[in-house]
This record gives sequence, C-alpha cells and structure tokens, in this order.
Amino acid sequence: MAESYVSTTNACKLCTPLGAALAFKGVQGAVPFLHGSQGCATYMRRYVISHFREPVDIASSALGEKHAVYGGGPNLKQGILNVMKKYSPALVGVASTCLTETIGDDVPMLLAEFRREFSDLNPPELVHVSTPSYMGTHTDGWRNTVLSLTRQLCTETSQANETVNVFPTLCSCEDLRIFKAMFREYGLTPVILPDYSDTLDGPALAEYEPIPAGGTPIAAIKAMSGATASLDLGRCLPKDTAGADLETRFGVDNLRLGMPMGLRESDAMHHALSRISGKDMPKHIVQQRGRLVDALVDGHKYVSGARAVVYGEEDLVAGLASFLTEVGIDVVLAATGSEKCGLDSAVREVTEDLGRVETEVRMGVDFHEIAERAGQLKPDLLVGHSKGYRYAREWNIPLVRVGFPVHDRFGAQRIATLGYTGAQQMFDRIVNAVLDKRQADSPVGYGYQ
Amino acid sequence: MKEAIGLSEATILDERKRQVHRTGQGELDLACNTDSLAGAVSQRACVFCGSRVVLYPIADALHLVHGPIGCAVYTWDIRGALSSGPELHRLSFSTDLKEKDVIFGGEKKLEAALNELIDRHQPKAAFVYSTCIVGLIGDDLEAVCRRVGEAKGIPVLPVQSEGFKGNKREGYKAACNAMWKLVGTAPIDDIPPLSVNILGDFNLAGEIWMVREYFQRMGVNVVANVTGDGRVHDIRRSHGAKLNLVQCSGATMDLAKMMKDEYGIPFIRVSYLGIEDMADSLYQVADFFQDQDPTIVERTAELVRSELSQLMPKLAELRKDLEGKRVAIYVGGAFKAFSLLKAFRHLGMQVVLVGSQTGTKEDYEELERITDPGTIIVDDANPLELSAFIKEKGVDLFVGGVKERPIAYKLGLGFCDHNHERKIALAGFEGMYNFAKEVHLSATSPVWRFVPRREQTPLEVTHG
Repeated sequence: MAESYVSTTNACKLCTPLGAALAFKGVQGAVPFLHGSQGCATYMRRYVISHFREPVDIASSALGEKHAVYGGGPNLKQGILNVMKKYSPALVGVASTCLTETIGDDVPMLLAEFRREFSDLNPPELVHVSTPSYMGTHTDGWRNTVLSLTRQLCTETSQANETVNVFPTLCSCEDLRIFKAMFREYGLTPVILPDYSDTLDGPALAEYEPIPAGGTPIAAIKAMSGATASLDLGRCLPKDTAGADLETRFGVDNLRLGMPMGLRESDAMHHALSRISGKDMPKHIVQQRGRLVDALVDGHKYVSGARAVVYGEEDLVAGLASFLTEVGIDVVLAATGSEKCGLDSAVREVTEDLGRVETEVRMGVDFHEIAERAGQLKPDLLVGHSKGYRYAREWNIPLVRVGFPVHDRFGAQRIATLGYTGAQQMFDRIVNAVLDKRQADSPVGYGYQ
Repeated sequence: MKEAIGLSEATILDERKRQVHRTGQGELDLACNTDSLAGAVSQRACVFCGSRVVLYPIADALHLVHGPIGCAVYTWDIRGALSSGPELHRLSFSTDLKEKDVIFGGEKKLEAALNELIDRHQPKAAFVYSTCIVGLIGDDLEAVCRRVGEAKGIPVLPVQSEGFKGNKREGYKAACNAMWKLVGTAPIDDIPPLSVNILGDFNLAGEIWMVREYFQRMGVNVVANVTGDGRVHDIRRSHGAKLNLVQCSGATMDLAKMMKDEYGIPFIRVSYLGIEDMADSLYQVADFFQDQDPTIVERTAELVRSELSQLMPKLAELRKDLEGKRVAIYVGGAFKAFSLLKAFRHLGMQVVLVGSQTGTKEDYEELERITDPGTIIVDDANPLELSAFIKEKGVDLFVGGVKERPIAYKLGLGFCDHNHERKIALAGFEGMYNFAKEVHLSATSPVWRFVPRREQTPLEVTHG
C-alpha cells in the first residue's frame, strides 16, 4: 500500500461541526447553532434526520457575502436573539465552521459581548466550540463539544454528590438507554453527556415541541465537579477530554475504559460500576452475561473464521474489532477516516492473544482505499454504517449495519450494541446475516440450519 | 380558529412577517428571494447546494468538490437521479482540504486531485465546485481548470458555488454558467428538425425516460437531457435543438435564456407533474412543431386520450377516500407547487398551505391567483412556522422533503415525499397515478387513529 492518494473518494468520515451539533442535541433545552453559511446547518439536519427520523433543528447565522468580508458578528448575535425569541432555549451551542474560522471571527469574544449587550434579556447559557471542518472529523467535533460543555459550564466546585459522569462516544439512543439501565442496576445515578436518547427518539406528540424534551440537564453538568467518578469511554481518546479536565480541575476520579462492546469490554464496565458502587454484579446481569456466553457457544460455528471488514469512527471500530474477535470472526481490516487517532494500538490491545489473524488497521482512509484493500482480502462480511452498502452489494456479502449513519434501514436509533444485551443483539444479527446469505446462496434452500 | 391564527402569528419572527400571506386577505406583497434570516432555522441550503443539485445527474462527468470534506460527503449519492449508462455521478469526490491547505492555498492539491481522478475514471468532462473556504483563500480555479483541461483534453469547468455567496438560486446560475461553456462545442449536423432539449428534469426514479417516451410517440427527438440521465456530449450539441422545454422554476432558466440570446432557440415553460400540466406541455410542443408536421397535434391528442382513459378511472377510485382532506405543500421551487395544487384538485383534496424555499414574486402572485381564500402562502419557512400552520389549518397530509417529513410525522400527519431523494416516479400520467397512490396509502393508513391528536378509544374488554 505504498500509493498515496491526493483526493478523497466516498469519505469514511463526516465533518467536525456535525459532531458538535449531535453532542449539543444531547443537552436539555439546547439549540445547536452553526456559525457559518446556511447550507452547513441544512445539510447536517438532513443527514441527521435521515438517521434518527426525528425533527432536528439546527440554527445558523446564515452568513452572506458581506459578512465574509466584514465579519459574522452581527449575524451571530441576531441569530441568537431570534433563537431566544422562538425557542426559549436554556442553552445555545455555537459551533464554528470553516467559513467563520477562516475569516477569523472571535466567537468567545462575540458571545461575551452578547452577554453584556443583552444582559437585560436574561440570555441562555452560551457555549462555544471551535469546529473548522478542515481539522479532524465529526468525532473530534463531538469530543471538543463535550469538553467545551464541561469546561464552560462546570466552573465551580460542587458539593459531593452520588453521581457518576459518563462520556460516551457516538452511539445509538438505545445504547444510551442501556447505559442508564446498567447504572441503575448498581444503584448509581449517571450523568451521561451527551444524552440524546429522548431528544432524538421521542414519542408521537399532539403539540409540537420547539426543543424536544430530554437531554442532560444543565444543572447536572454544572454539578459534575462533585461526582464520585467520571467514566471516559473509548480507547482512542486524546489526552484532553472532559473526564481528564474534571480530574485536573476538581480531582474527580477519571476512569478510562473502552466503549462496552462485546464481552470483555462490558465486563470491564461492570467491574468499574461494581467498584464505584461497592456492589456485586446483580443477579440478573449475571444471568444476562451467562445467556450471552451461552449464545456465543451456540452460534460460534456459524461465524467462526468468517472474514470481516469493519469501518467507521475509531472507537466504534475498536469496539467492534474486540467483539468480533471474541466470537471467532477474523477481523481482516479495521478502517477509519480519522487520522492518527490511535486505532492501531487500540485494536492491538483488544485483539492480541485472542485473534487468529492479525488485524490490519488503516487510518485516514476513504472507501476507495478500504475497497481496494478489501478487494484483496476477500471479506465475507462488512460491519459498519450504511455507506458501505455499495461495496457489500458489489461483493455480494452481507453488511451488518452499526453506527452512524444508517440511512437505508429502519430503526437506526434502536440498534443496540452496548453491554451484554447489546452484544447479544449484535451477535444475533451477525449470525443471522451469515445464515441468510448461506440460505440464499444454497441450491437446496434448507428450511432449517 | 382565531386563537390558532394568533398562535401561528406568534411563531413568525417580526422580520419574517412579510414572507407570509393569506390568500384574499389584503394586498399580496411577499418579500422573497432574500437572504435567510439568521437563527430562523431556514429549510434552505446554500449556493453550493443549488449548483450540486442541477449538475449532479450528469452521469459521465467527474464532480469534484473543492473544499473540506463536509460539502462532498453530505451530497454523496443522496438523490434518486438515475442513469441509463455510466454512474460516475454517484461517487463523491473531494479535495478534502486540511488546515495547511487553507493557509498555503489549495491549488496544487486541486490540480493533483484532478489529474488523479481524471486518469482513474476517464470522464467526459469535470466539474469543479468551489466551496466557502475556496472563495476565501482565493484559489484560482479558472487557471487550474484550464491547465488540467488542456493537458487531459476534456472540458474542466469551474463552478463558482461558494456557499455564502447568496442562496440556492445563485447556485443554479453558477451551474448554468458552467454548462454554458459546454454548449456549442460539438457538431449538430445530424440533429433532425423536430428536436427539443429537456431542461430542469433530473430523472428522479426514471421520470425523464417516461417523458422521453411521450415525445418519441409524438415523433419529437430529444437532443439533450439537462440534466437527468445527462451526458456531456449531448449538452455540447444541445444548441442543435429547435426548442427548449424548461421545467422547474429557477434551476435551468438561465441556460435557456443564454441559448435563446446566442442561438435564437426559443423556450417554453413546462411541467410534467399532474394531468393538465403534463398534457398542456405535450400540446405546447405539438403546437410548436405543427407547421413542420401537420399530424403531430392529432398524434399528441391521441396520446393524451389514451393515457387519460387509463388513468382517470383509477384516480376516481382513489379519490373516494381522499375527498375533503386538507393538504400542506412545502417544496423547494414554487413551480412544483403550481402543479401539485392542480393535482390535488383531481383528488378532491383541499390545499390550505403552500410554500417554497426559493419562489419569486411572480411565483407567489400565481399562487395567490390559484389558491382558495385563506390559504397560507409562505416563503422560506422554518419548522416552527410549519408546525404552527399545520395545527391552525388542521392539515391531514403534508407534501415536502426530508426535513419536513419528521415534522409531519411527529404531529401524526400523512406525508408524500416530493423531494430529490424520492424513489417513486411522480411525473407524467403514470406518475400522477403513483402520486395519487402514495398520497392514498399514507392518508388512509390506520396508524393515524392512534396518534395523540386523535382521541383514543381502547378496545372493549368483555367478560368471558
């Protein structure tokens, strides 16, 4: 693979402000606001809506040509005022874009001015994050937003409380609900940031809600300094994270562990919860785990030795590689669009001593490169989001849909991947994808397998 | 009712009050074709989007987005624009600019990317889309495109679509300017006299193929599809057609005007949506060519008769269940709204709200003329306004795109997708039936009985 590409074909990443908008959607009463041209907000809304099938309002400062010359400050302020008038938000999350970063708008200064100029209107919390699309991916946008939220909102030492801060990477609404259930089992109260389990998967309504109910309460974010511990989830995290920041500033014990995907990562999570709560694993979780192991045994021969290519966000890929290797699938390629994100060492950590093949890890790649390499590796299975479908179709192999976006299947917000129950569902789906393919390819068409 | 109107009014920002009108209530003086209001959560996109939607279906061209990754990735294979041959348009190409490119300029990367991609895919032409960032760092797109074009021997065309330089309409114009450079660059000797170009149809779900089939039955040749199932070579010789048929309000009108000025090719505005508009479009074409082919009008009438005789009984059947239901329309271009209004009349449905992202003054005057009194007419609306209007008007079914769908569904309304992403052909006589069927399927679903806006009655429990 000596060839070095200049262009990108069918990218395996999204842009930074999208990650910011998603993270802001998980804060109670928040309206995400992109400081840039109107198109950014609209494109991202369309992209996110197609996955969650929910209203996703993202405001924009809708900059035009003259603002690009004279600065976007006036539009930013007018935009926030208009959002205040119609949405009465508790928080406006302002993310920059390549346009406003390049013209040099000083967003923190503009927001400080805004607070002064309109102090009589009792402005909402204004949190800003720098997200030029030419730096990093949506994963960076997500993380920087979470860090900005804790940095800018949690500024004082709170009274010690019994809560646990949880900072997950991008996952489904169902996964967030799994987190909550997991904590409940140990009598712990998590403060998950962000938490869009309700805001992006809400009930049918008689009255339209300008801002959907749910999300992490702002007061809870402010009180994170008093938490018992923080869980910083993901094996590809940078040094600066919300958990590390709270530890440095307030001494909140920060535990770093992978997203709980598959058996061992879920074990680690439960171990941490057990340690924090001082309680043993509850009986019915022991049962859940037992059923999962039982299922892995029952199903192992269907998938054993199947060759899989996984792709997507670095931490999702690391988690999938871990889980797939556990069940005996050979992960021949693990790929992400993120550059220099530590996926190589993360995959090594979770697969060594377990996998039968060494997983090839590629970072900073697009689907053109993934496909070129996968064409040589001859996979039996793709695991990742919808955008790999054209390749699965071309190679006539199943695609098991996980991650973001899922634009070609129904129920993306309810796909479970985390904990023992998530692993169970994922395993069922993978085994059935293999069986489905085997059945479809068979000239006999057995009705039992 | 008064209360509901009050609530709707309260949802409209003061600066936007002049972009909402109610038919028959006062003078129509709609502010439109203006920049979207900051913080209003407009449903509009940007200049880049305008260019991208127009040029996207040209299937044998390379479409390279020069900018950071977002603009390319959000427009990757999202439309239902079909091709009968090459499918290069379904791939997403980007120069994927990084911080150092923003500082030192992206020209070198652009040139290298073009060389790489042209060598790999051998396209018939390349379109290079400028994005916000490129407009700021000042890359000389023209120069790079000229250089690569000469070296590779294909047209390499810059599209001046910097996102912030106006709204979607500016993007249409930039797209037309790029295509204009192709027009007139290929021989036209073999083009027959009865020939047209189809402008402003994007072959969603194969619609342009249906329309072309009608023309074939009439004996009219199509030189170029602009741009559905489009080909570079066809556009290069499109100046050989005798007539341009322009659908879709703004998208390709600039190109038609340039072709009229330069080559004297007249154009007519057409629409392939709905019965009258489809028939009328075919008759207009027949009338235009009747001097050269005296039987064409009769042939066209026969075509329309035969199609309608199949369609009308089927529509009448569906109409029974739809009669009296209330409809809201919010679409990109207002021209589509005209056709939809007429189509809903055939189904006995009442349009109570109609709006568009990019309508012009003339468009809205026409809407005021053809809508019932009290109908809300809105330009550049947003989710809060739309949800309030829906509530006020007691709407049963919404016609719109991806961004409107969750609003309708959240409130428990039926929905018909009339956007570029749809996979069902809605043009032509057959499309009218598909449209009616889709509306019928949604509007008559039993699920509406369970949504919160309807009173719920639990099933009776009997004692055994």
